Amino acid sequence: MTPLAAYLLLAALVFAIGLGIALTRRAAILVLIGIELMLNAANLNLIAFWRFGPHPEALTGMMFAIFSIAVAAAEAAVGLGLVIAYHRHSRTADLDAMTRMKG
Amino acid sequence: MFGVGVPFFLASFITLVGALAAATMRNLVHCALSLTVAFGGLALLYLQLGAQFAGFAQILVYIGAVAILVVFAILLTRGVGTSLIHVYARKWGLGLVIAAGVFALLGWALVTSLPGAQAVAEPEVSMLEIGRALMSTYVLPLEIVAVLLTVSLIGAVIVAMPEGKTKEDGR
Amino acid sequence: MMNPAGYIQQADQIFVTLQHWVAGFFPLWLQPLVGIAIAVVGIVATFPACFAIAVLLERKGLGRIQNRLGPNRVGPFGILQPIADAIKSLTKEDIVPLSADGVVHFLAPVVLVVVTFLGFAVLPVGRNMVLLNMDAGLFFFFAIGASTELSIFMAGWSSRNKYSLLGAMRAVAQMISYEVPLLLSSVVVVMITGSLSTVKIVEAQGGFTGIFPHWYVFTPWGFLGFVLFTVAALAETNRSPFDLPEGESELVAGYFTEYSGFKFALFFLGEYLGMLSISGFAITLFLGGWGAPLSFLTFIPSWGWFFLKLLGGIGFYIWLRGTMPRLRQDQLMNFAWKFVLPMALLNLVVAGAWRFMGEGWPRWVIATAVLGGAYVLLGRTLMRRQKIGPRSYRYAE
Repeated sequence: MTPLAAYLLLAALVFAIGLGIALTRRAAILVLIGIELMLNAANLNLIAFWRFGPHPEALTGMMFAIFSIAVAAAEAAVGLGLVIAYHRHSRTADLDAMTRMKG
Repeated sequence: MFGVGVPFFLASFITLVGALAAATMRNLVHCALSLTVAFGGLALLYLQLGAQFAGFAQILVYIGAVAILVVFAILLTRGVGTSLIHVYARKWGLGLVIAAGVFALLGWALVTSLPGAQAVAEPEVSMLEIGRALMSTYVLPLEIVAVLLTVSLIGAVIVAMPEGKTKEDGR
Repeated sequence: MMNPAGYIQQADQIFVTLQHWVAGFFPLWLQPLVGIAIAVVGIVATFPACFAIAVLLERKGLGRIQNRLGPNRVGPFGILQPIADAIKSLTKEDIVPLSADGVVHFLAPVVLVVVTFLGFAVLPVGRNMVLLNMDAGLFFFFAIGASTELSIFMAGWSSRNKYSLLGAMRAVAQMISYEVPLLLSSVVVVMITGSLSTVKIVEAQGGFTGIFPHWYVFTPWGFLGFVLFTVAALAETNRSPFDLPEGESELVAGYFTEYSGFKFALFFLGEYLGMLSISGFAITLFLGGWGAPLSFLTFIPSWGWFFLKLLGGIGFYIWLRGTMPRLRQDQLMNFAWKFVLPMALLNLVVAGAWRFMGEGWPRWVIATAVLGGAYVLLGRTLMRRQKIGPRSYRYAE
């Protein structure tokens, strides 16, 4: 087992936990929290491959991770705006009650 | 065990505890705060991997901005006092099975396909090189990300703004 | 007999020599750790002592500005007042509201103090006297500063109190708004120096032309950057005139209403340490760090100059607190987004042009004209929409 495998396994675990949060919790905001965790796990993958890969001086992995951080922040803002707008409309943030487009 | 030292296990322990606490806590603000702890653990991992810029950017952007955004959204959308709704959704078992399945798949793929240990020297990346790279090789993604951030910020404000005659900042 | 230059050199490096001497008692493999531990002990001892001096100066100074004596009972001229304050805060009863969120209520001051102490690690206090000479030192400081907002929110929310929550949300909104001008006004210095390392920034301001130093504050863009950085720093640390979140006449005590005893003292400590560290960074970025102001004054040790400048900075903050009225929340946010941010961006452009114009007087004239003109124009434009006239009274009918 290499150090790379350790970091990738940890990233896979964090990804799975983020996926679990997004799929099993009832509050809408926790979906966004889960998505942020998943994006972070992907970033960890990128940086681990940058560090242990063949060409770390090309900076590709690190740049990818930095842009990913910026894009994730933008997406968090939009997602939370959506949750706030839905809450203003129907006074709830409960995912099980957001069934208007079902069927 | 894996060829990594004690700091790796410490940082990964912090990350996993934060992530699991965010998955199981009842109070939403506690979830957001434990998410912040997970972000801190991840920043420590980036610093261990020698990615200084990414580590400090993680702290500045995620802990300094995204966590506060999440917390503000929780405060603006809550009901009365502590959360009255149940903690888990109706079909939570299925979600758990899917998450466990994804982890099993990823773990199996990792374990069976990675080559043996090959020593790679610690990369010496200075901030000067990162700055030069951002301005020469990566200048187009930089400008596009700037436009993207502006557009998404304006979009988020418009989406969250209350409809009606009063123009106030919806956040 | 050693020549005077040797004595000056020794006095300048006395703390470094002390650190090496103490580390010499330990075996070789332990020496780096011991050196770091001694430096940490130095930081933890010095800056709370500066905090005590700052609190004393504040109370006496504010008192004199407000035409009264400050505390003068404890010790001659009230010098031992901080000791009395410390004893009081340690022995007061620690009241936690029944419905408060226990864990978060306890952790908020701890997080604030820990995070604020971390910020001192990259501050160059003297020649060769910095705990961590990181390549991205300034970035580290700003990342740490962004984390203090979270502890303020934790304090306000966990108290389950309308006033605390309102104060916390106001404070966080203010700190977020002023984070961007703070970073932008320091990016000017980074751009001209070419490095994010605080040590390199101080060394780049070390030269002298004639007797005048090369500090960045003596250039047009540096002066504007210093002013903008100070304004943003005042807002970041919730000091007057931006102290609406802890406005004593409005919100009781803002986000630390429900804290008493030692936790309140920790908040107080965290706030003043934040003020000290951000003044230290203003000094590092614009005022030449540990450099002497005139070339014949270099016999005073470098750490002496740093702490003298820090004292000046604290005195300036106290003077502002005693003199200026408080800004309202919407005035504060308008000021940040409509004035400070455009000026900081313009400052970046002018500094870039300065860098590429080459030596000589034309660049001074052009830079000063552009920045001064923009300041006057922007100020006049923003003031035109507010009707400022003599005060009008409305009486109840």
